[in-house]
Amino acid sequence: MPTTVRLALIDVEEFGRELDRIRDEVIAGLGEDDAGYIRGVIAMQRRLELTGRALLFASWLPPAWAAGTAALAIAKILENMEIGHNVLHGQWDWMRDPKIHSTTWEWDNATPAAQWKHSHNFIHHTWTNVLGKDRDIGYSAMRISPEQKWHPIHLAQPLYNVLLALFFEYGIAIYDAELERIPTGDKSPKEALNQLRAVAGKARRQILKDYVAFPLLAGPCLLPVLLGNLTANMTRNMWAHTIIFCGHFPEGAEFFTEDQIENETRGEWYLRQLLGSCNIDGGRLLHLMSGNLSHQIEHHLFPDLPSNRYAEIAPRVRALCERFGLPYNSGSLARQAGSVWKRVLRLALPGPGRPRPEETAPPADELRAVV
Amino acid sequence: MSSPYATTSDTTSRWGVRRWLAGAARWLTTPLTPDDYLRLVNPLWPAGGLCGRVEAVRSETSDAVTLVIRPGRHWVPHRPGQWVRVGVDIAGVRHWRGYSISSPPDRPDGCITITVKAVPGGLVSGHLLRRVARGTILGLGRPEGEFVLPEPPPSRLLFLTAGSGITPVRPMLHGLLAHGAATVAAGAGSRRRAPDVVLVHSAPTPEDVIFGEELRGLAARFPNLRLHERHTRTEGRLKPADLPGLCPDWTERSVWACGPPEMLDEVTAHWSGPADRLHVERFRLATPATSNTGGRVRFTRSRREATADGGTSLLVAGEGAGVLMPSGCRMGICHGCVARLSSGRVRDLRTGRIHGEEGDLVQTCVSAAAGPVEIDL
Repeated sequence: MPTTVRLALIDVEEFGRELDRIRDEVIAGLGEDDAGYIRGVIAMQRRLELTGRALLFASWLPPAWAAGTAALAIAKILENMEIGHNVLHGQWDWMRDPKIHSTTWEWDNATPAAQWKHSHNFIHHTWTNVLGKDRDIGYSAMRISPEQKWHPIHLAQPLYNVLLALFFEYGIAIYDAELERIPTGDKSPKEALNQLRAVAGKARRQILKDYVAFPLLAGPCLLPVLLGNLTANMTRNMWAHTIIFCGHFPEGAEFFTEDQIENETRGEWYLRQLLGSCNIDGGRLLHLMSGNLSHQIEHHLFPDLPSNRYAEIAPRVRALCERFGLPYNSGSLARQAGSVWKRVLRLALPGPGRPRPEETAPPADELRAVV
Repeated sequence: MSSPYATTSDTTSRWGVRRWLAGAARWLTTPLTPDDYLRLVNPLWPAGGLCGRVEAVRSETSDAVTLVIRPGRHWVPHRPGQWVRVGVDIAGVRHWRGYSISSPPDRPDGCITITVKAVPGGLVSGHLLRRVARGTILGLGRPEGEFVLPEPPPSRLLFLTAGSGITPVRPMLHGLLAHGAATVAAGAGSRRRAPDVVLVHSAPTPEDVIFGEELRGLAARFPNLRLHERHTRTEGRLKPADLPGLCPDWTERSVWACGPPEMLDEVTAHWSGPADRLHVERFRLATPATSNTGGRVRFTRSRREATADGGTSLLVAGEGAGVLMPSGCRMGICHGCVARLSSGRVRDLRTGRIHGEEGDLVQTCVSAAAGPVEIDL
């Protein structure tokens, strides 16, 4: 891993302190404009959703169907990504508004917020890209790092990655129950069952809303409304899947072993977040629609800073990486998504038997020595 | 939500239909509520998260203003003397403070008023005095407090007030005097006489008397109201020893007192009448003094306590005391450990910043006690 070689030369704790300073500055500057931003996005999202659903009631007109479905899809994407994901991270808890708070928010997604906060905020964000710890590596179903052992079932992973993309919200909901930890005794079947019950309750309401209540209300437009809602949900699923896979799996993103993170310091934690995350280059619209996960690096360094601030700190983080000679993985959406798919396809097959030298993770003691 | 006046079967069935409709609408708005969409149209419509809109701002004295607030549709009328929690966003952060309602409950326009006097260095009062304008939306709690008149009111009363302590008393006076006028108008048929009211109010100068003109007008109009103004800049602070001179039968009256803590303490100490005839309203004390040296942490629901130094997180303190603490990353990123602060203030272990008000949700893994703290766990 070339990065670790460069690490020999840097002071990881100084790198961490610089990042802490950025964090402190942003927190000190939070105010009315930030509160106005999230309230504005929420109001816009709700209006867009109402517009989309209203247009779909006139969906015997094909343009109304297209416009309504598009509006609903965009509303659902905003709700899950720029609003839901970020509110559930506690990014807006500082406003002390009980209506926009991580402890009270529930999102338009099959996964109950409480379960998501555990699996995502805690497990994934604490153990980012640590093999055997971060369950988001391939979502326990895919081989996404060469260090994962190959199994013949991985031959089908290009296919089930497509299926996962289409039904992403349900994939995530079931995945959060951590069924694979039951046989090992790490999780009681009862606990998993309770979680699945909560998922079923939430999913039932979601399904009744989009596929029963609104279609029935639309009367003669029952079928177009149903199809419009299905299209909107699947569009949201595919978009979320793409953005999330681009966050940690493109070429250059690094994986870690449990040995490497033993007694990890704050500076080393920051470093792992940086090396395990990838950004997507783009304009303001892309940042908004990706829930600012296009700034995945900044998000992983500061998961509870308000997302509207990532764009302004990104150049500072990048400059810091240059100063310390650290990589800053950023590329266009096409490049990052292409790179993810290349990996999914390549690792469906066994190997690479002998990873190229620069892909080899250094032995634990070596990494410990240099960081 | 049910109305306190919904007694006939007609209104009951109307409420039933409403409730059914609201339940049905929830299936369309899940995981949100219909309120979340109503709020987009008019913030005063939803039942949850009650709000009020500032309709007018009136200057009372050089350092006090009255805000005329139109409360949301689901406002429950207050009793004269009660207070309400008011939520205001300052630099994006919501702050809540209790204010006495200074208007009688039967204002023809349906509005309520609060009267805010500047507190030296006060964040919220300063903001309400200088930055709030017509159209501002404020959070509203429900009317609270037991500083109210009984029904029927006693025949002889004394109000002892100072500064903004007049604010809860103003609506009581209006009620009493209107009641008195009505009994007089009813003539000999009524056995009860108009109540005999004495108001002793302290303020630095005549200009500093909140509602000064109105109070003097009332005293001139109603013979059963006697007003004594004490101008403390020239006459000095009112002492309990002065009271017999101003109102010889003061301990035989029912007394309602509201003002600075020293005044209330003195009155309470000198009161020789029956305890249930002295009613005292203390405005909320400022949050207790804080320090960097930690403090006693009480976990209210678990009924456990711990003493924590300024470097120990509330999470560690709670776990040490055997409290079932929710937790996650233990480094301040996942918000899996947030708990409600019932009282006291906490110090952010990452930045050293001391913060916290009653009801705040704090991250216990990166917060230490700054003085005595109560956590709702």
